[in-house]
Amino acid sequence: MVEKLVITGNEGSALAFKQIEPDVVAAYPITPQTELMHNFARYIADGLIDTDLITVESEHSAMSACVGAASAGARVMTATSANGFALMWEILYIAASSRLPIVMAVVNRALSAPINIHCDHSDTMGGRDTGWIQFYAENTQEAYDLLITAVPIAEHPDVQLPVMVCYDGFIISHTNEVVEVLDDKTVKDFVGEYKPRINILDTDNPFTFGPLDFHDYYIEHKRQQVEGMKHAYNVIPEVFKKYEDVSGRRYEYFEKYRFDDADVVMVVLSSTAGTAKVVVDELRGEGLGVGLLKPRVFRPFPHDKLREALKDKKSIVVLDRSDSFGAFGGPLFTEIRSALYGIENPPEIIDFIYGLGGRNITKDELKTAFMKAVDIAEGAEVKNRVDYLGVRE
Amino acid sequence: MKKGWKDLPIGGIIEDAANSRNFETGSWRTFRPIFHEERCINCLLCFIYCPDSAIIVEDGKMKGINYFHCKGCGICAKECPPKANAIEMVREADYAEKES
Repeated sequence: MVEKLVITGNEGSALAFKQIEPDVVAAYPITPQTELMHNFARYIADGLIDTDLITVESEHSAMSACVGAASAGARVMTATSANGFALMWEILYIAASSRLPIVMAVVNRALSAPINIHCDHSDTMGGRDTGWIQFYAENTQEAYDLLITAVPIAEHPDVQLPVMVCYDGFIISHTNEVVEVLDDKTVKDFVGEYKPRINILDTDNPFTFGPLDFHDYYIEHKRQQVEGMKHAYNVIPEVFKKYEDVSGRRYEYFEKYRFDDADVVMVVLSSTAGTAKVVVDELRGEGLGVGLLKPRVFRPFPHDKLREALKDKKSIVVLDRSDSFGAFGGPLFTEIRSALYGIENPPEIIDFIYGLGGRNITKDELKTAFMKAVDIAEGAEVKNRVDYLGVRE
Repeated sequence: MKKGWKDLPIGGIIEDAANSRNFETGSWRTFRPIFHEERCINCLLCFIYCPDSAIIVEDGKMKGINYFHCKGCGICAKECPPKANAIEMVREADYAEKES
């Protein structure tokens, strides 16, 4: 049964958490995630679910408790934002390297300093090499759906990796929208019963968890971890297909909007893609052949699929909602430009850093970005390949 | 032969319990305990205090030191009663030079 609700991103995520009903959630409050856990804790307090909610003294402890519970065979979820994510840093690597299929919602928020509670992607983009699978949701519908798909992807025997589902702080987390939700039983059946790979509490089958691993074995374990990501690359589309069968909503590595016949394409993650679609429509109305590509999966990065999709375009404009200080462009730009290396006559590609610390992105600014790429497609020289959008000088 | 990445259990776990005896900790040693059996009174204080279970005991008697595990901390020599003084700490470098 499908129901339509008017809910915020945090309410939608809390509902997904409730319907998945993990064994353990360990979390610490941080804006703009806090409301997610408020709602989830209410489900427990009302006796609707049996999840063991561990309230800890920090995010370092939250992720540590998640690692402990997951190693004891529990299905585990958590949520955080920004500085809380940063405080988890050490344990994020441990969760992934220990191959624990924890699922986490990350409500994207800028990292300090200066202190700021609003949206950008500097938190999770900094964590792109932690070994976690990363999904970026455009809206509440995607956040809800991707959280549910994340569970069987993480727990797949060939994957066994944690997944973070990211959505934009305040813009999505605190904004009401219409969301189609599944009934509890459909979600429960979809995620299925958890069959853990390990359980440190099983005293009949003792093993050592988290031992010392020096120069003689460490690199082999890292190589195995890469293999988990490679398997995830095949498992993600399988799980998305199964989810389409139960929900009617089709997910792929990336969404294309008015893309196939476009000469000039914008690539952008998360909520900005919604505004960009409106801009695409308006520019199409003016006769310009523009389109949009919105990646949903950043790790594993779908480099070959993106190369195939983008190779015949005339120019590409990437929008990065985080900077990579000292690098040549933002994280999305460097990955996409790298994916296009080595093909014949690659499209021109430019990057804009935008929206840091929740700076609003307007339709006019997106048009400016598009028009720079349109000019380049028509032969204009590329002057500032990496530039900034909406910054006062 | 050490296992490659395809054969190791994932996540860095060790599937067999109680295998620390297979791990060589003796390679860190800079001081070597030398056991003088003729002075030993078999009080076994060295066995009780050794943090690495490196004292070899057979039939209730001290029989020597397991250098595969001994880290050379010197606790055995310190705890050995002065009247016995059956364990002597020597620099590994001096020992190696003497042996060669």
